[in-house]
Amino acid sequence: MPRARLLVLRLLVVAMVATLVGRLWFLQVVSGAEYVRAAADVRIRTVPVAPVRGQIVDVAGRPLVTNRTRPVVTVDAVALAHQPDGGRSVLERLGEVLDQPYRQIAEKVRLCGPEVAQPCWQGSPYEPIPVAEDVTAPVALQISERQQDFPGVRTELRPVRVYPFGAAAAHTLGYVQGAQGRDGLEGVYDRELAGRPGRRDVAVDNTGQVTRTLREEPPVPGNTLVTSLDSRIQTIAEQAVARALAASGAKSGAAVVMESQTGRLVALAGLPSYDPAVWTDGVTAREYKRLPLLSQAVQGEWAPGSTWKVSSVAAAANAGYGLGAFYDCPSGYTVGNRVFRNFASADLGLMTMHGALVESCDTIFYRLADQLWQRGSEAMEKTARGFGFGKRTGVDLPGEAAGAVPDRASKKALWQATREESCRRAVKGYPEMADRGRAAYLTAIAKENCRGAGVWRGGDAANFSIGQGGVLVTPLQLARAYAAVANGGTLHSPRVGLKVVKPDGTTVTTITPPVAGRLPASAETLRFIRNALSQVPRKGTAEEAFKGFPFGKVAVAGKTGTAESFGHRDTSWFASFAPDPAYTVVVVLSEGGRGGEGAAPAARDIWEGIIGLRERR
Amino acid sequence: MIAVAGKRRIVWAPTLGAPDWTLTLLALGLSVVGLLLVWSATRMDGDHGLLIRQAVSVGLGLLLMWFVSRCDLRVLRAYVPLAYVLALVSLAGVLSPLGVRVNGAHSWIVLAPGVQFQPSEFAKVALALAFAVPLGELRDGQARPGFGGVLLALVLAAVPIGLIALQPDLGTMLVFAAMVSGALLVSGAPKRWLLVLVAGAAAAGAAAWKLGLVRPYQLERLLVLANPAADPGGVGYNAAQARIAIGSGGLTGKGLFNGEQTAGHFVPEQHTDFIFTVAGEELGFAGAAAIVLAIGVLLWRGLSIARHSASPYGAVLAGGVVSWLAFQTFVNVGMTVGLMPIVGVPLPFVSYGGSATVAGLLAIGLLQAVHRTKAMQP
Repeated sequence: MPRARLLVLRLLVVAMVATLVGRLWFLQVVSGAEYVRAAADVRIRTVPVAPVRGQIVDVAGRPLVTNRTRPVVTVDAVALAHQPDGGRSVLERLGEVLDQPYRQIAEKVRLCGPEVAQPCWQGSPYEPIPVAEDVTAPVALQISERQQDFPGVRTELRPVRVYPFGAAAAHTLGYVQGAQGRDGLEGVYDRELAGRPGRRDVAVDNTGQVTRTLREEPPVPGNTLVTSLDSRIQTIAEQAVARALAASGAKSGAAVVMESQTGRLVALAGLPSYDPAVWTDGVTAREYKRLPLLSQAVQGEWAPGSTWKVSSVAAAANAGYGLGAFYDCPSGYTVGNRVFRNFASADLGLMTMHGALVESCDTIFYRLADQLWQRGSEAMEKTARGFGFGKRTGVDLPGEAAGAVPDRASKKALWQATREESCRRAVKGYPEMADRGRAAYLTAIAKENCRGAGVWRGGDAANFSIGQGGVLVTPLQLARAYAAVANGGTLHSPRVGLKVVKPDGTTVTTITPPVAGRLPASAETLRFIRNALSQVPRKGTAEEAFKGFPFGKVAVAGKTGTAESFGHRDTSWFASFAPDPAYTVVVVLSEGGRGGEGAAPAARDIWEGIIGLRERR
Repeated sequence: MIAVAGKRRIVWAPTLGAPDWTLTLLALGLSVVGLLLVWSATRMDGDHGLLIRQAVSVGLGLLLMWFVSRCDLRVLRAYVPLAYVLALVSLAGVLSPLGVRVNGAHSWIVLAPGVQFQPSEFAKVALALAFAVPLGELRDGQARPGFGGVLLALVLAAVPIGLIALQPDLGTMLVFAAMVSGALLVSGAPKRWLLVLVAGAAAAGAAAWKLGLVRPYQLERLLVLANPAADPGGVGYNAAQARIAIGSGGLTGKGLFNGEQTAGHFVPEQHTDFIFTVAGEELGFAGAAAIVLAIGVLLWRGLSIARHSASPYGAVLAGGVVSWLAFQTFVNVGMTVGLMPIVGVPLPFVSYGGSATVAGLLAIGLLQAVHRTKAMQP
């Protein structure tokens, strides 16, 4: 045999062995560590373990939001991807069982990516993707018993938020999406409620099936938020508002019940509301648009009407007017070239500020405001701000509205901002408006605003003094102001949260409503006001509503408010408080008519409910 | 085997020399390692079926090896035409309804449920035998095969290669080409023939390309080698997983049956074409290199046998067999360590696969036969 030829083959064999061994050396010894890491990345998945979210309970520990488990059908995207047809047949079978079209399920389980538009799964491909929630037991059983037909599909029990009181306090409680508290207390106290997720390192095989658990860090369950809400009073308040709205045909309203001494909130009712259970199943974009997500008690703003007069009386005292002195209450009072009239143009004769509050005389305040305006005094506006109006209360709820306290500066600024539009409208009018009356009214205002140079005039001051003319308050602001009147002048920043409690019952933090300020009114003035307000339900503007009320049990004092809102029926207010139980109750009904007719009966309902609870104890 | 005194000499081995024990022990050792690795690769399935089948294959292979190694080459020579024709018939049979498609290629013939074989593996043995006839049986006075001999040899090779191209099975075609090249080289065929062969191979490749005989997946495999990132979920993924499994074994490995990547089945075809990744992960550099070295020594012995063959036929036969085994080893290990494109060829003696195991041990038997056949006494 030719040796040379064999030598070629021998060299080839040697070269082959050398090449392969050299490459192995490089892979296994030189870059071994790097491959060990890469191998772990391939083999080990870190799965977050969701903690149980804390409950939200009322002051007596009744759950307002709790958790329950329910069967959820989940799909393992990785397992599906490893099936020969990409899992199509499994999803089609699943669609039949769940009574969902295949496309819908496929959209839920496809993974989001640069090429994939919503709807798609945004989470990790290694966590099971829920495709159907709260399936019935037969369906769950079918899926778990026919595992050979449903590889990669599982039914598991997952915690969901449950709202035992349904729509009660929906806005206050907020909701959870994913694991994120949104809106309401769920949002504000999210960190306390959420707990800390654990993690589990699991070994997976090439199909993503977990083969064993390598390391587990258990999750820390969330803490319970104890609130100062009393679910019974909450229910009473909601029913009272709902009844009053049904009676008046109005759409929206709110009630606030607050502990006058502490600033803790006992009930926050707002309608329209919704059942937060809708969040558990996910909400489509269209449903979301229709949900009444506005919390009327905290985010709704209305003109306060005569409830505002407590601030105006305090302003009068601050400006040196004697509260016990007699003032004339004519049917009308002329400011500039305009006649400002009493309600129903009633001429009530001479009275003190006591009478002005009890009978709710407007003309006394018009004169007062006009005189102060002529002196260039801003006592009215300053006092109103001192009562906490025009700025947020700082309540532990999101999206609070600030209300509005107009004055010289703000009117000027507004005028500058809207002058062009006003002058355009002054000429053009509002031809696009169907309501001719409203169009004429707005055109008149536009003309005035165009001419007026944004000057704060006596008429503005007069309107301001009776809680009209651009003054806006939230029910919460008004409740806090009346609570301060009741408690001797302390303004609190209200709180719903009372304390945060660990699952084992130990208190983590106690939440105390901070003091936000003092009313700009002497103790004597406040006593005078309280005294006057105690007469309103007995023989004043709310006498009708409180006929037969057991004042012996609870000495309710209050003030009605009726605010005009052009083109709508009046906004109806009743702000009230009592020494024992030391609650402040404020009710507002948009388009509720007169305060004495709409809101006062609703407030009475709430007070009677509170009395009823007391007597049942 | 030396016949025991007192027994009648076996008729087909009139004058046999001693077997090459190194060769036998290496083949046996590799087969045992292969069994362990197959077990490790399939242990997670809780099913010893594959292990048992492989053990049966190894047993059958050893039996045939022993049988063939006790044959005088001149006796074997008588059966070459039959073997060659049978190989062609079975290769054609794969394309018939008897054949089973796997991964888009017809490769198996099913004889009965659970009993199937890969004709292309036995065709390797048959071709090694047949191919050596025109190249190794020289007329008196000839030192090397002439034009006619080489031409006949190429024709003999072209027919099975053509049939395999129809399956299509690129890996096996390449093995055949390597075998033909090695045998031609050893036979002492003129250099120009070797050049013609290379040119012919290039032309054939171009023609296959033009005629669309090369399937997209084969092209894909070749491209993926150049850029593993091009296909993270497909072939490139497999290559990456193989490298990760081997690389993570380190110097000494994670221990037999302790491979975590192996347990997780991250590497595809881990008991067959990618069995070497189990060795890399569980036995580390020490074990993986030892397997490569063992095959290297075995091939070296094979070439020595070719060198000392009593006949040119034996030398060409041994050269062809060594080329076949060497090529398969290099391609198989090369693809697991990222030096080669992913071409489906088994690792001789180690990969799971009945036909391949039996064919590999038969090949060792042929080498033994060459080694033990003495020159005719004049």
